[in-house]
Amino acid sequence: MMHSNLKISTILTAVLTMGAMAVFFISFLLAETEISLLITVALGIGFFIFAKNQSYFENMIIFSNQRPVFFHGLIIIIISLILSICKHEHFALFMIASVTLYATACFGLTLQLGYAGLTNFAGAAFLGIGGYTVAILANNNVPIILSVLFGGITASLIGSLLILPILRTRGHYAALVTIAFSLLFKTFLELNEFLGGPQGIKIPPMNLFGWSFSEPVLGGSFYISYVILSLIVMGVVLGITRLVEKSWLGLHFDSVRIDEVASSCFGINIAFWKITAFTIGNFFIGISGGIYANMLGHIAPTNFTFGDSLILISIVILGGIGNPIGVLPAAFLILVLPEKLQFIQEYRLLLFSILVILVLIYRPDGLLNRPLRKFYKEWGPPFIGK
Amino acid sequence: MENKLLDVTNLTVEFGGLTALSGLDFQLREGELLGLIGPNGSGKTTCFNAITGIYKPSKGSVVLLTKDITGLNSQKIYKSGITRTFQRLRLAVGLSVFDNLVIGDTVDLNTSVLFNLLKRKALRKQVDYQLNKVKNILKIFNPDLVNAIYEPISKLTMIDRRRVEVCRALISRPRVLLLDEPSAGMTSEETREFMDDLLEIKKKTPSLGIILIEHEMSVIQRVTDRCVVLNYGKKIAEGTYKAISCSRDVRVAYLGED
Ligand SMILES: Nc1ncnc2c1ncn2[C@@H]1O[C@H](COP(=O)(O)OP(=O)(O)O)[C@@H](O)[C@H]1O
Ligand SMILES: [Mg+2]
Repeated sequence: MMHSNLKISTILTAVLTMGAMAVFFISFLLAETEISLLITVALGIGFFIFAKNQSYFENMIIFSNQRPVFFHGLIIIIISLILSICKHEHFALFMIASVTLYATACFGLTLQLGYAGLTNFAGAAFLGIGGYTVAILANNNVPIILSVLFGGITASLIGSLLILPILRTRGHYAALVTIAFSLLFKTFLELNEFLGGPQGIKIPPMNLFGWSFSEPVLGGSFYISYVILSLIVMGVVLGITRLVEKSWLGLHFDSVRIDEVASSCFGINIAFWKITAFTIGNFFIGISGGIYANMLGHIAPTNFTFGDSLILISIVILGGIGNPIGVLPAAFLILVLPEKLQFIQEYRLLLFSILVILVLIYRPDGLLNRPLRKFYKEWGPPFIGK
Repeated sequence: MENKLLDVTNLTVEFGGLTALSGLDFQLREGELLGLIGPNGSGKTTCFNAITGIYKPSKGSVVLLTKDITGLNSQKIYKSGITRTFQRLRLAVGLSVFDNLVIGDTVDLNTSVLFNLLKRKALRKQVDYQLNKVKNILKIFNPDLVNAIYEPISKLTMIDRRRVEVCRALISRPRVLLLDEPSAGMTSEETREFMDDLLEIKKKTPSLGIILIEHEMSVIQRVTDRCVVLNYGKKIAEGTYKAISCSRDVRVAYLGED
């Protein structure tokens, strides 16, 4: 393998960067006062600029490419440390699980918007479809794994039916249809007695092969179970998203997004690839919604509003459209910051809209650039296309 | 006529009241390089768009060998063996040279979702196979491009982008290649080089038929076997360069003589 040319300093700075990110993460999450939060953010930005100048992030990528086992092992150790530090903090753990599940849903949106170029303004509605499917099935004693998978499948099916009629049209009709759907979805839930109307519906706690999710874990919060499950699901979905990108599928999605006319002149079936991206993406969103609903224990129409759809889209835009890794810090910032700073909470949609507009003006590709496609690890020279 | 490859009959394209192409007849033989010329707005690009399924012709037919391909969609036209370049480059600028060329070869890719996600070893074989193919075709036009395979298109010069676009159209081994003003944006030296490469392709693939839209008459004279001249959407002359350059209609319409 390519172990020979990995310098000790590369490994050290990579590990240091990961450690610093973990420290930032935990201080941010546990900061009690606005002052301590602001100090954390200031230090975080300072370190970010320093690390960027010193190419520490590149070292991290080299490290992850050349020692994948070591790298992923380290991530698991860091996560375990974070969990053991927060093990009694219900709220922090709940936030971690929420960020993880929102990020998972955003991988679905990445596939749709970042790869195939389909703007889906109904992300929260598809989360809701997953959630309500799980609610109904779990209340009828269907095993949780099946009901979560079913949540994904239902979201996929409804999504496909939604855009099937408009696939042949060009432009932004698909986006308009998803906006309409997102708005109607909430009204539909509120009027539907079977789904609990505006009061919503209760969901029994999860039980996975005898692993009961309502019990404390290792003397800590019961949310730890949800965090672990969400992380596993997120890891799998992230893995699939990256495999999609590094394959002919990703190439077809990109081609459809960039130029429909040229694509069809080279045999690419535009409608087929759009529906494929929409279906896979909504499946990811649906299963995230299923687990999320289970964690909440009670869901109502207000959990899945158009505003939540906008939050999902802003995470994807902020993270770097088409860059699933960028989704992680973006989801963290967008979901946790308003919880910490009251003044953001009140104006959050306004602030996010401004943020997204600024990003689109000054960094139209998102905060983190999407690197060129690498079909496999040793593909091409290192650091192609920044 | 023997070895007839493409047979265009009475091809007519209308945009509302405007007839952009009117009753065009011509044939392309195997191994032939046919020039399609005419002033700006005379319907040359429209002719390519009608053949490749971007516009639906309102009348007429296009037959490839024995197959009637009139009005088929662009995908089916590609699969039956007609590829093209565009007057204004239509490469995927943010993607690598490799990605762009492989887009030209979608017939040769396994696009099943399960194959792509689960059979990674087999996929890697396909990728390596494509890599070889891409290198071989780029070599013909510019050996330096082989080193740029992993670069984004945005880093290439104009002439290299044009070359990549032609390679994308050639990589699937089409029967008919349509080139829409490939020399636009090139210096005359670059054009000469490009046309040399094109003639080499022609020699190497004796059954390929090429239609070339080109403004520069000296280029037309040097590389084409025959020409079709359009004016206001109508064919006004057809024949060898020598024959058409003697035609009075052509001189009036195209060379602006009175
Ligand atoms: N999509 C379109 N809609 C309306 N008019 C068009 C369209 N495409 C081409 N035309 C018109 O058709 C005529 C021929 O254009 P074109 O084929 O592009 O000419 P050329 O390639 O010979 O310069 C022009 O008058 C042009 O304005
Ligand atoms: Mg033209």
